Amino acid sequence: IPSPAPTRMQKVSVLLFLAWVCFLFYAGIALFTSGFLLTRLELTNHSSCQEPPGPEPLPTGHQGEPGACWMASRFSRVVLVLIDALRFDFAQPQVSHIPGEPPVSLPFLGKLSSLQRILEIQPYHARLYRSQVDPPTTTMQRLKALTTGSLPTFIDAGSNFASHAIVEDNLIKQLTSAGRRVVFMGDDTWKDLFPGAFSQAFFFPSFNVRDLHTVDNGILEHLYPTMDGGEWDVLIAHFLGVDHCGHKHGPHHPEMAKKLSQMDQMIQGLVERLENDTLLVVAGDHGMTMNGDHGGDSELEVSAALFLYSPTALFPSTPPEEPEVVPQVSLVPTLALLLGLPIPFGNIGEVMTELFSGNKDSQPYSSALAQASALHLNAQQVSRFLHTYSAATQDLQVKELQRLQSLFSKASADYQRLLQSPQGAEATLQAVIAELQQFLRGARAMCIESWARFSLVRMAGGATLLAATCFLCLLASRWAASPGFPFHSLLLIPVSWGLAGAIVYAGLLATTGLKLDPVVLGAVAAVGSLLPFLWKSWAGWGARRPLAALLPIPGPVLFLQLVRWATFFSDSFVIAEARATPFLLGSLILLLVAQLHWEGQLLPPKLLAIPRLGPSTPAGPPRHNGMQALGLGVGLLLCTRLAGLFHRCPEETPACRSSPWLSPLASMVGGRAKNLWYGACVGALVVLLAAVRLWLRRYGNLKSPEPPVLFVRWGLPLMTLSTAAYWALASGADETPPRLRALVAGASVVLPRAVAGLAASGLVLLLWRPVTVLVKAGMGTPRTRTVLTPFSGPPASQVDLDYVAPQIYRHMQEVFRGQLGRTNSQGPLTVAAYQLGSVYSAAMVTALTLLAFPLLLLHAERISLVFLLLFLQSFLLLHLLAAGIPITTPGPFTVPWQAVSAWALMATQTFYSTGHQPVFPAIHWHAAFVGFPEGHGSSIWLPAFLVGANTFASHLLFAVGCPLLLLWPFLCESHGPRKRRQTPRNDAEARVRPEEEEVEEPLMEMRLRDAPHHFSAALLQLGLKYLFVLGVQILACSLAASILRRHLMVWKVFAPKFIFEAAGFIVSSVGLLLGIALVMRVDGAVSSWFKQLVLAQQR
Amino acid sequence: MKDTDIRRLLYAHLLCIFSVILSTFIPSLFLEDFSVLETHLTWLCICSVSVTAVNLVFYLVVKPNPPSRRSSLSHKVGRFLKCCIYFLMSCFCFHVIFVLYGAPLIELALETFLFAVILSTFTTVPCLCLLGPNIKAWLRVFSRNGVTSIWENSLQITTISSFVGSWLGAFPIPLDWERPWQVWPISCTLGATFGYVAGLAVSPLWIYWNRKQLTYKNN
Repeated sequence: IPSPAPTRMQKVSVLLFLAWVCFLFYAGIALFTSGFLLTRLELTNHSSCQEPPGPEPLPTGHQGEPGACWMASRFSRVVLVLIDALRFDFAQPQVSHIPGEPPVSLPFLGKLSSLQRILEIQPYHARLYRSQVDPPTTTMQRLKALTTGSLPTFIDAGSNFASHAIVEDNLIKQLTSAGRRVVFMGDDTWKDLFPGAFSQAFFFPSFNVRDLHTVDNGILEHLYPTMDGGEWDVLIAHFLGVDHCGHKHGPHHPEMAKKLSQMDQMIQGLVERLENDTLLVVAGDHGMTMNGDHGGDSELEVSAALFLYSPTALFPSTPPEEPEVVPQVSLVPTLALLLGLPIPFGNIGEVMTELFSGNKDSQPYSSALAQASALHLNAQQVSRFLHTYSAATQDLQVKELQRLQSLFSKASADYQRLLQSPQGAEATLQAVIAELQQFLRGARAMCIESWARFSLVRMAGGATLLAATCFLCLLASRWAASPGFPFHSLLLIPVSWGLAGAIVYAGLLATTGLKLDPVVLGAVAAVGSLLPFLWKSWAGWGARRPLAALLPIPGPVLFLQLVRWATFFSDSFVIAEARATPFLLGSLILLLVAQLHWEGQLLPPKLLAIPRLGPSTPAGPPRHNGMQALGLGVGLLLCTRLAGLFHRCPEETPACRSSPWLSPLASMVGGRAKNLWYGACVGALVVLLAAVRLWLRRYGNLKSPEPPVLFVRWGLPLMTLSTAAYWALASGADETPPRLRALVAGASVVLPRAVAGLAASGLVLLLWRPVTVLVKAGMGTPRTRTVLTPFSGPPASQVDLDYVAPQIYRHMQEVFRGQLGRTNSQGPLTVAAYQLGSVYSAAMVTALTLLAFPLLLLHAERISLVFLLLFLQSFLLLHLLAAGIPITTPGPFTVPWQAVSAWALMATQTFYSTGHQPVFPAIHWHAAFVGFPEGHGSSIWLPAFLVGANTFASHLLFAVGCPLLLLWPFLCESHGPRKRRQTPRNDAEARVRPEEEEVEEPLMEMRLRDAPHHFSAALLQLGLKYLFVLGVQILACSLAASILRRHLMVWKVFAPKFIFEAAGFIVSSVGLLLGIALVMRVDGAVSSWFKQLVLAQQR
Repeated sequence: MKDTDIRRLLYAHLLCIFSVILSTFIPSLFLEDFSVLETHLTWLCICSVSVTAVNLVFYLVVKPNPPSRRSSLSHKVGRFLKCCIYFLMSCFCFHVIFVLYGAPLIELALETFLFAVILSTFTTVPCLCLLGPNIKAWLRVFSRNGVTSIWENSLQITTISSFVGSWLGAFPIPLDWERPWQVWPISCTLGATFGYVAGLAVSPLWIYWNRKQLTYKNN
């Protein structure tokens, strides 16, 4: 028997076609991204001691002094204590808002009491500031800003855990080149940022956010000995405990109070050891939100504490009542000048003039003059930077730059005039100071404004490519349904053209000697392959049909989709997407039910017993009774609403309260509630497992002796057990008795890996033997036998290899009947192949369950309830959709648009109900530690993979499960005839009319196999439709980001949304390809299974 | 024959629109500080009562549906009670659906319920007046080719437009315009009212324009 080669070729070309469409989308996304998310240009110039920042000579009288560069150093030593995420109010005392009442007791208030004491006792020595942080408030960006004095841009935000050495001029570099000894202890992010810069360093791992103490205790162990040893000029200690405590418990947890008290003791110890020539700086690099996250730009995240203290008097006045607000980067020029160093080249901060005014005894005029000289140096440096920067690129606004330059020249001239006539009034001096400050602030504002630079050409090109690919999806999905769809030529032509285009472009670049940009190369290849396809399809049938046929989406669904796409253009709706998506999904569900009713498919026709005039469409017999469909709809709405209870609030809506159920069980305090929740989570797991097994048993696929079925029977419960055990350990890890610690630690490494390993082995087994069919010869018991696959059509021609399998089957049955008829003349003589009718969906459901378990493990425990809801919801939706999809044998099979839209909406809804938000602070970083409690060392890919799997779990599951939309209507077919079959049928009757009995059997998914060409076309169409719906979403996001690129919210809302949507699209498209490939693998396996069966019979 | 029917329908609908408009202006003569937005709940009640009253008057005066065979008093009372129960049930159903669509479960329950009441007034009350407490007839009217008279046709249009109006009314809620009418459920009730009024205005015109195509069983 020859192998069905054409079918296989067709399947491969379907996959390749979809992969090509995905490539087109990727090229468009990459092109758009390269134009939209640009980094600031990093200048490698350095300030140096010998070279003054401006043409004017340096302030006289300082050059000769040792350790003096641009200015005489005021302090020879600095202790810089960075407390990660030290929000401004953490350094504040507990005050009562209502006089006479005791102050509100919050765990983070009033714990740093030593700062307050110093401020009270030594008001001229210390000062507390509210330092204003520039977003993004991630630690690496803040460290860059705190050392270079510049503005790290958005694109760096993603590389927080893959930090690289700073190439720009910075304080540490200036310190080392001035020969100062810099000792560092703490967060090992500094090791990557400043490799080899420290004379002595104690690095501690920073990635493990659950570990509150390793870094801090490590620092404390070395801090005082190092200080007393005296082998340092600058001592930097970066504590991480407060930040990690925020991530793990949030600021309102008692643990935060302990952590802050520890910090307080540390500061007290430092203050006691300080000498007169030493400055103490205590700073937070950023704040944290109410939940302890950071990364965005909410008020709580961007206000950090900054505290300065010296044993010698620093300030001319006592501290103001309300601490002053200073930009965080001001610390850089201030520290540089105080230490007698050049200000780093790229600094755009403004010196804190107060610190240069001398102590309280100095003359007002001389102190103002000192301030002016520091400011003037600073302004010269900024002006030099702006000049150099604008010469290198054109992204600063020219007009504003000119205005600033003239402002600077005027201020500089005034200052010089003042220096020449030293008897000038203090008032003119103050005017000069004001002018210099105005210049510095203007420069900073301009940089903030301009360092989001866009390449409009690339953005437009990317958006056009995306739009063209969406159009292609629409076109091809229409075309795939038509019988004459040419699979091969369609694929070959675009690929060859694309390759030709890419080669020509690369050759052109090589000859001209330009740099090869992979993004542009990909885009050229994409356009090169897209254009001939569009041309061919347009010439092929575009002329013959009206343009209206290009818009095949039915009206109401199109309207809903348009509403959905329009919401991407409003920041309010992007923020409220978590609520808007369930609303749209609910609308679609009710629309489906209403449509079913409107078409008369819900009610038996006798209720609608009105004689119809005119061309009434006689709807077929209802596939469901009305109450069932209504129940499905209401059940779906209920599930959607329940899943909405697991809702994480976007930080922009302060009135909203996040669901407390999203936090891990370990953070719960009450013991009883914790146990109850644990029980509920394990219950959800068990129900999920039982439901899947029940479903498989219902369609009988649990009877087969194949390895995947055995795995479902034994492996899945094992996975459930491991998950439950891991949760038990994780939720109670803090209460473990000490002697069991090692055991628990070991188990929390092994258990998650075991689940992942089991799932992987299950998937491998499934791919190896995907046919879960039990073959049984002899007396079939009609009640459990779901399918018998005779070929009931007309005899096919011998050449038509597509129909070979059913023929074989019939032949096989005849052989069996002949043999058995001789040996046993009683009973019906049939061959039963159990569950051939659900062979595709059984494999799909098994694969989805196997995928869901490891993904579930990456989430917090209580998300298991959401996963249960997810499965339930998709089950109900598939049933509801199946009611509206007619089975047209022998094809063509189609999946309607409303099904695909509902599926995509549900994927988005589940993304939100699993506690995600499309912003960076909301990423569940703790997912990286599941199975790796000690962190990953230097590996980047594995934690990125784990966090990505956590974030895009719903995209993946729904994309892989997408083929179920095609399969489910065939599964539901078994309901109807089954009831009829319970009419009495005796053996004799069955023997007499075997053929008729078999005809009555539902073929279910074997109908798909009977028409392999239509099956492939339907899979292609389904894939294209899903890609279209997702592709228009990403198109809408990119258009929104480009049209609203000067919008206030572009970096806060639109850019993160675009990035998340793009990443989600990539995950979804890969998942879709995998899902379709799985169906095809099952199809191939079924073919070979038939073949083997026949071969065995013939022997 | 048909044109007179359409004219009657038009007058009836104009009166309904008039009653909705009056319910926004008349109460300010009697009540202090009355405004549709600030004392929204009061307005909801008044609007609901007035629309119900106008519908009942129509039912009694115009009698669009053929009179029942049995016309004993007890039958009428029973019918009326059944109508009341249906109305209440529809209110509760709408309330549940709103909650399923994302309305708050516990807070603002009264507001949500009054929204359910006003939507029932726009949809269920006309159904009850025209078709009586007869679910099967309702289901028939709201399916393809199920209408048998222009009255039912207009009922179909006004009901669907009320639903669509209240659905569209939910969209301004997330916007950050900070307007008083964006508060739940004001935008939805206003949307429902506008939808109802639009349906009332459009349906006679639509029927008039399509009178050639419309063929009913009984005329």
